[in-house]
Amino acid sequence: MTFLRVTGLTKSFGGVRAVDGVDFTVRANDVFSIIGPNGAGKTTLFNLLSGLIAPDAGAVILDGEDVTGLPAHQLATRGLSRSFQNLQVFFNMTALENVMVGNHRHTARRFLPCLLGLPSVRDSERRTRVFAEELMHYVGLERYIHAQAAAMPYGALKRLEIARALATRPRILLLDEPAAGLNPAETAHMDALIRRIAEDGITVLLVEHDMHLVWSVSDHILVLNHGRVLAEGGAREIRANPQVVEAYLGHRARER
Amino acid sequence: MSGVLSEFLQFLFSGLTVGAIYGLIGLGFAVIYNASHVINFAQGEFVMIGGMATVFLMAAGLPMPLAVVLAIAGAALVGWLLARIGIETARGAGVVGLIIITIGASILLRGLAQVVWDRNFHPLPPISGDAPIHVFGATLLPQSLWIGAALIAIMAALRFFFDHTRTGKAMQAAAIDPLAAQLMGIDIRRLVRLSFVLSAALGALAGVLVAPITMTYANVGVMLGLKGFAAAIVGGLGNPLGAIAGGLVVGIAEAMTAGYLSSAWKDVVAFVIILFVLLFLPNGLFGRAEVHRA
Amino acid sequence: MSNQLLQRHGGLALLAAIIAAGPLFLDNGFHYNVAILAGLNAIVCIGLNLLIGHAGQISLGHAGFFALGAYASAILPERFGFHPLGALLTGALLVGLLAFAIARPILRLRGHYLAMATLGMGIIVSIVLDQKVDLTGGPDGMVVGDLTLFGQALRGNLAWYWLVGALLFVTTWMALNLVHSPVGRALKAVHGSELAAAAMGVDVFHYKVLVFVLSAVLAAIAGSLFAHYNGFVTPDEASFIHSIQLVTMVVLGGMASIAGSIVGAVALTLLPQLLADFHDYEMIVFGAILMGTMILLPTGVVPTLAARIRERLA
Repeated sequence: MTFLRVTGLTKSFGGVRAVDGVDFTVRANDVFSIIGPNGAGKTTLFNLLSGLIAPDAGAVILDGEDVTGLPAHQLATRGLSRSFQNLQVFFNMTALENVMVGNHRHTARRFLPCLLGLPSVRDSERRTRVFAEELMHYVGLERYIHAQAAAMPYGALKRLEIARALATRPRILLLDEPAAGLNPAETAHMDALIRRIAEDGITVLLVEHDMHLVWSVSDHILVLNHGRVLAEGGAREIRANPQVVEAYLGHRARER
Repeated sequence: MSGVLSEFLQFLFSGLTVGAIYGLIGLGFAVIYNASHVINFAQGEFVMIGGMATVFLMAAGLPMPLAVVLAIAGAALVGWLLARIGIETARGAGVVGLIIITIGASILLRGLAQVVWDRNFHPLPPISGDAPIHVFGATLLPQSLWIGAALIAIMAALRFFFDHTRTGKAMQAAAIDPLAAQLMGIDIRRLVRLSFVLSAALGALAGVLVAPITMTYANVGVMLGLKGFAAAIVGGLGNPLGAIAGGLVVGIAEAMTAGYLSSAWKDVVAFVIILFVLLFLPNGLFGRAEVHRA
Repeated sequence: MSNQLLQRHGGLALLAAIIAAGPLFLDNGFHYNVAILAGLNAIVCIGLNLLIGHAGQISLGHAGFFALGAYASAILPERFGFHPLGALLTGALLVGLLAFAIARPILRLRGHYLAMATLGMGIIVSIVLDQKVDLTGGPDGMVVGDLTLFGQALRGNLAWYWLVGALLFVTTWMALNLVHSPVGRALKAVHGSELAAAAMGVDVFHYKVLVFVLSAVLAAIAGSLFAHYNGFVTPDEASFIHSIQLVTMVVLGGMASIAGSIVGAVALTLLPQLLADFHDYEMIVFGAILMGTMILLPTGVVPTLAARIRERLA
């Protein structure tokens, strides 16, 4: 069942076509990876899909609804959330508060009740706190529940961002290089976490350079090069595709 | 007909004169911003120090040329101290923190000026007397010509500095990409200090040049600083020559408003310009647009 | 999280106790004067701190909102026959609308540009108040009539002390509620990372506007009360130096700390009064405090103290 359909997505920056007529579909509950050399347009594509920037042309249909060009906070309402490659953690809060922010749209957030400290707000806060604690357990960060985000190690922060994004109760989760900077043990944990998320009914879209993780976790892979789709398919097909090997994997295969 | 023309010329000369001063001050903003991405709220105080220090050194008996040189050197020293104490030690203060630090410096310097010197208005003698020159029925002060000449000389000197000296080119590199510049061995901290020294000297020079026309006093830097900032952003923050052009624009707009509307609203012009540029033309007239790398 | 609740209620109880015990220690009109002014400044600073400390924005023109509230209470009763309370509420409403109108274009700016824009706005307000002589009395200012509550004119230091004390308590209570609510967390998220906040469904712009308008309205209300208490207003209420004093109080006391706003306001209202020849040195001291705090104690007095105490106890 198609959950996300992207057609003809295009974005230029000052004459350079960063993303050039990209088409693909993502099935519900799949783990869908986007790979490609640096400068291929992966980050731009990701930022387009997550509402950070608006496309010049093309369409994005999420579960039948046209969400093209919607800004990030409105995409969150439609069940789309993300993590960030360069860590956009709220360092001015505790880890738990970070995750609680994710639940924002489901809280009692009308101004006057919050100003007056009404019981409905206190209940909402209690529920949000409990939910956030559950999520921290889910991603394996229970020991950091009361920690300041600024005091946490890098690997934990990557998982914190995922917990935070999960707090939005997404239907589709965009992970931006979740394994970047992680050691093999941490990457293995990330692998397991991603599978678990998909098994629990959330579609996962990831941009990644760590090919071990990509081959292991992906149901489908999209290869981008120069802003265009080079190939699409399952792991075996992609690995065997001569163009992909040439453009992206070739060097790595030779290095090994 | 000639009455209208001479009136217009009068306002134009006045606008160009004061605009050149705004341009020099704006230049100071641009140089510091280029090196450090800091907007130095204390820029106006360098102007004040130039004028006030000269006044008091002359009162102490020094001949004017020596007083001017010492005043400019003194301002340069203050600039160096501000960079060293205010900017370098404020690691991780964030943008808001840096703003507060330079505002604090501005207030501190003004307070010190009031206590060390005084709160009165002081004139300086003009460079070559004040016999007005008549042009098409309008009068032009000789000091205005000196200001114009100084501006041109400084523009030429800066062009040479930025394009033909190692330090100047290093500053340009640092403005474009500080990280890359550092990786190539350029000492950013030294450049930041240098930018403050240079801006302070430029500001002090402006103060010395304008004091014969408008007098100097402890708080003269407030409005001049803000108008210099208007000049800098009209020209596109970070564009030194744009700042000078911006200064002329602001100066002329102000003179025309004072002349044709009312001098009461003169000061509002610069702020309206600031708001207009910030809201509608954030890169000014000549600035480079910031590239957002997604 | 009973620790947090204890902190909140304990803090409020402490504030109530201090306010209630105040008259025991305030001996004369001068003392009351300082206390009342400190209370009014604290109300403005709590709002300003929500904007600067929590939401991470900046305003160098907040005295403009204070002055507009003050002048509303001067002009509306005098020239349009408003009841003083009506004038206060109308002033607050008008300032809120003005802040809303300004917020939309201005809050698209960040950092230095936002600072400059708010600075410009504040100065424009002070110039307008100065120039529109027929409406505002110009640089000489205006006399302000009494504030009347339930038909009685509010006169005398003790009455004003209780009024300002009560309002400070209510403002603190509401600010604490807000900070410990989803709205408060959204503000901190905007400060932490606008990108991430948006990705989590926080409408960043909406919250920036919200906190800007809220802080403007609080400043206006405090300004109105100041006008009635002082009996007189001048365009100096909108001055750049006044805006900087307010920011200094917030920075010194501690950003994102409600207690810090109160401490900063009290300290910097008290300071000028304590030093005899202070007026000459006022600017030196303010400038030095601004620089010193940001360089040495960037989180401010109260958060730094709180952190040290927490370390000792741990």
